[in-house]
Amino acid sequence: MIIDKTGSPLTATENIKPDTRHGVILYVEDVSVSFDGFKALNDLNLYINDGELRCLIGANGAGKTTLMDVITGKIRPDKGVVNFGQQVNLLQLDESEIAMAGIGRKFQKPTVFEALTVFENIELSLAGDKSIWTSLFHKLTGEQKDRIGEILQTIGLVKEAYYLAGRLSHGQKQWLEIGMLLAAEPRVLLVDEPVAGMTGQETERTAELLTSLAGKHSVVVVEHDMAFVRSIAKQVTVLHQGSVLAEGTMSEIQSNPEVIKVYLGEDGDAGEKG
Amino acid sequence: MKQIFSVLLSCILSWQVLASTQDLDAFQRTDTDSDLSQLVNQLPKTKLKKMPSLVEKIAHINNEKTHDVLQFLLNGELFYTKANKTVVHAVKADNSLYVLTDVLTSEMLVPVEKSKLRKVKTNNRLRGSIRSYIAKIDLTDEDKNIRIKAVKQLLDNPSDSGLSAVQELISKEKDKDVRELMNITLLLNQLKKGKHAEKIAAITQLEDTLEPSVKNAMVSMLEALPTESKTDEQKALAANLSKVINNIESKRGVFEVIENIFFGLSLGSVLLLAAIGLTITFGVMGVINMAHGEMMMLGAYTTYVIQLAFPNLIEYSLLMAVPAAFLVSGLVGVIIERGVIRYLKGRPLETLLATFGISLILQQLVRTVFSPLNRQVQAPEWMTGSWVINPVFSLTFNRLYIIIFSLMVFFTLLLILKKSSLGLHVRAVSQNRDMARALSIKSDWVDAITFGLGSGIAGVAGVVLSQLTNVGPNLGQAYIIDSFLVVVFGGVGNLWGTLVAAMSLGSINKFLEPAVGSVLANIIVLVGLVLFIQKRPKGLFPQKGRAAD
Amino acid sequence: MTNSTEISNSDTPMQSFSLQNLFKTLSHLHVVVGTLFIATLYVTVCNLFFSEGSLLHVSDYTVSLFGKYLCYALLALAVDLVWGYCGILSLGHGAFFTLGGYAMGMYLMRQIGDRGVYGNPDLPDFMVFLSWTELPWFWAGSSSIVWMIAMVFIGPGLLAYVFGSMAFRSRVSGVYLSIMTQAMTYALMLAFFRNEMGFGGNNGLTDFKEIAGFSLQDPNTKLALFVITAIALAIGYWVSNYIVNSKMGRVITATRDAESRIRFVGFRPEHYKVWIFVVSAMLAGVAGALYVPQVGIINPGEFSPLNSIEMVIWVAIGGRCTLYGAIIGAIVVSYAKTRFTAIMPEAWLFALGGLFVLVTLLLPKGIAGLLPNLFDKLSIFQDEKVKKNT
Repeated sequence: MIIDKTGSPLTATENIKPDTRHGVILYVEDVSVSFDGFKALNDLNLYINDGELRCLIGANGAGKTTLMDVITGKIRPDKGVVNFGQQVNLLQLDESEIAMAGIGRKFQKPTVFEALTVFENIELSLAGDKSIWTSLFHKLTGEQKDRIGEILQTIGLVKEAYYLAGRLSHGQKQWLEIGMLLAAEPRVLLVDEPVAGMTGQETERTAELLTSLAGKHSVVVVEHDMAFVRSIAKQVTVLHQGSVLAEGTMSEIQSNPEVIKVYLGEDGDAGEKG
Repeated sequence: MKQIFSVLLSCILSWQVLASTQDLDAFQRTDTDSDLSQLVNQLPKTKLKKMPSLVEKIAHINNEKTHDVLQFLLNGELFYTKANKTVVHAVKADNSLYVLTDVLTSEMLVPVEKSKLRKVKTNNRLRGSIRSYIAKIDLTDEDKNIRIKAVKQLLDNPSDSGLSAVQELISKEKDKDVRELMNITLLLNQLKKGKHAEKIAAITQLEDTLEPSVKNAMVSMLEALPTESKTDEQKALAANLSKVINNIESKRGVFEVIENIFFGLSLGSVLLLAAIGLTITFGVMGVINMAHGEMMMLGAYTTYVIQLAFPNLIEYSLLMAVPAAFLVSGLVGVIIERGVIRYLKGRPLETLLATFGISLILQQLVRTVFSPLNRQVQAPEWMTGSWVINPVFSLTFNRLYIIIFSLMVFFTLLLILKKSSLGLHVRAVSQNRDMARALSIKSDWVDAITFGLGSGIAGVAGVVLSQLTNVGPNLGQAYIIDSFLVVVFGGVGNLWGTLVAAMSLGSINKFLEPAVGSVLANIIVLVGLVLFIQKRPKGLFPQKGRAAD
Repeated sequence: MTNSTEISNSDTPMQSFSLQNLFKTLSHLHVVVGTLFIATLYVTVCNLFFSEGSLLHVSDYTVSLFGKYLCYALLALAVDLVWGYCGILSLGHGAFFTLGGYAMGMYLMRQIGDRGVYGNPDLPDFMVFLSWTELPWFWAGSSSIVWMIAMVFIGPGLLAYVFGSMAFRSRVSGVYLSIMTQAMTYALMLAFFRNEMGFGGNNGLTDFKEIAGFSLQDPNTKLALFVITAIALAIGYWVSNYIVNSKMGRVITATRDAESRIRFVGFRPEHYKVWIFVVSAMLAGVAGALYVPQVGIINPGEFSPLNSIEMVIWVAIGGRCTLYGAIIGAIVVSYAKTRFTAIMPEAWLFALGGLFVLVTLLLPKGIAGLLPNLFDKLSIFQDEKVKKNT
């Protein structure tokens, strides 16, 4: 398949299908970002396989959120390569093109559209044409309504469907954001601290949900809660000062002396939670 | 060498223009009023034939009234009454009567009809010599400025008698400026009337002169030369003339650019003063104050009120107005902050609307109290006049003082924000209100004081504006958009950015003005700024990093 | 900002989302258009069939005055569309209004023909006065009514498109945008004051004689213009209502509250903003075009930033983010202005300024906020809704 990367962005968004024949869906190579001399990312290399569930951990300021910002187009790196599949250069696309291409994101601080109802929030997130004229004359099809109902079921907000999203609790907003992610049907889900502010039960359900998503989607989770990470992670990447410190299974990471020194050693609390 | 040359030239000249003049040393000046009055009183009796010698005698009396008498005589305003032969200065009034002043005593007399008067007679020849006497009197005046004025007068309207006086006086003149000007006058005459070699010599000497009349004379001379079939002499003259004219013009061009920069900086410093208060309230605090212009207006009216209250102290009125305006506008600012703005924290659009409402109220208040008409604010003497650097370039004192003053205000503010504890608190509160509060900084108090400071500076800007424009209720409105654009252009919250932005906007405006007119210049700058903001929404010097989002 | 009181009905979960929405919107639409229809009918009947002196008589002056208010109402609708729903506080909507007005004014100038002071059949008086010999290129076609109607949409629309696509693409928003819009209308005012612009300079365009063959002095023409304005307002209301209740409306509301977030859902908020800005500018242009024949003059003073800000206060007082609120605000404030300036002119700016402060401090939802869910609580609709939902 030939993709016109340099052509008009509008035609590009419609055509973008990542080439994942090598099994890797996200390439992040030699990426550096600096703010006023502070290196937030420092020659970072990361590869996410198609369909895998990857956890990113690291102390505050290790560069996790910046990395997400780079992948979703919010921040342009000073140097480096970010590819979606083998051939789609994400650095040439803007936020909405990246979202249309199939990379969804849940923010650290839940941001939902507070003046809209839960139902409408999900409606807006549904995959499909996002152009002006379709929005203007859009009518929900039965299929789409069913899909929204399904998602509401999954995230447990059926009862709150017509609440304004602004009135939801913190945990419910987290769920709603996950629901919005699901509705977009992305190839890659970037999930930033999904269980912050959730009860133990809710956390469990989130873990289940994310695990079930892996396979069909690639999921990248950033989380501080080590118990949660342990419960879902097959592969864990540890970031430290803007670059990858270690990569492997949870037990490998836990026994890695360097990681113990800089991460678990420093941030004892996070380790204790497990 | 040059000196000798010019003396030589002067000698040649004296042959041409001094034929009728007496030796300067012959002037025996006696300074008694009685001498003058005796001579003046002879005027009615003297016949026209004998007038020249009488006038000469009068001119030789070193008395402050001599000049006036001669001037009146020259203007045909010197009369004597038929009744008692008093010599008077008479001017026709509205009601066809003549207003009389005794020329000797300066006493006002009862106005009379024309039939009661008789004119002191003169003729053309006499008037010619009177002119030269007057020129001499002026040229020998003790005041340097009067001498310069007299020479300039001669430069623009040369007369033989005047030139001869200059010729005589130049060697005795002690002041360098006057001497140079005299020299130029003589050289110009030489250029007009001399032989070919003299002309060429004069042109070479005049090459650095910026006096407009020299250039005009040269241009008209060049134009007067026949375009074709020139003699060699004419060709040489034309070549020399055009070379020197070009030289003079390029020099004038340089000074024009410098003058434009000066005008630009002076407009820029007004913009700076207007915007600098806004840099604090908008840039540092993040409060949109649409009533900022009205704070300036209040400052301008404070100046007006002070001048009204102390009519005898106009010279010091601005010095008093600066602190007063600061207090008045600052106080109003604090009231606005406490009364309205603090309830609208974090809602910039609402703040914008509410403060706009306040600006309408303040405007109407001023209109009701002071009437909607513009008020005249007087300029103290030290603000008037200008610093003449050369004939084509002078700096007016008011603009000069305003540039200096605005820079003073700027650096004072910079010091306050960087060095004082208030500045530290302001920056702390503007960056992280909760944290600042946790450190027991009274953020409410800091807000009010900061807003007062910004408003107070606007008031000070108003004092300055009162010296430049009419003081009226709409004074502030004209500056509010410009000020916001300056702040945004420079980068919000960046004092240095505001300085650079104000100065460059002022200069751009002044450089565009001669080319396209002031209205279009204004529009071009506005449109350019709008485009710039769209390219770089964070201004010239944006704040960087994560905190900026 | 929260809209909790406005949609407090959604406290009770509804099973049929679209039905509920349908009723809410239908009710608004019905009440507003119905009221408008009745008011227009009343004015028309009382103007035509009750003679002067009768208690029910509505004078020609009043008809024109009401026509003016309705133009303002349409303009307020335009401002509300961008400010209330999309969060773009435009302090330059007067520019679009005035451009629409100038498009109409140019047409009316050409209709004067040779009845002007100078009697020139081709050139308007002010051009003869400036001793121009031919029409400038941008006056071409201005004698055609079709061209005029097209220009009423294209002029403001084009300005909004160019300005909007530059501003929104470079992500200028908030107060920066407000100040830029203000600068825009200010620059236009300065430009139109110049005689060389070819729009009559200081004096603007005036001394109109007739529109489409009907004398502007004729009371019947005035009445017709009033009725046309009412119809335009009804259509404008219907269009705005459709937009804000479509998916489009939800996108712009989402853009207002979390512009960066909506990008990550795949929408391009800048496109939506430009689009809504253009639609709003066109509505404002239509309002301006209808305004000019009813007041008989258009001049650069209409571009003044103060005018644009007054429009914002209509919406703020009426209640932004409710379309009917904008209409109420425009009519109430304009009526108050007429009364105030007649009784004590100097007090008007005090009153207006005071309104700004009081409304922002005490009444952030405006008049519409004082009558929470007025329409939802009207029993006829309530009953039906309850029936449908249970």
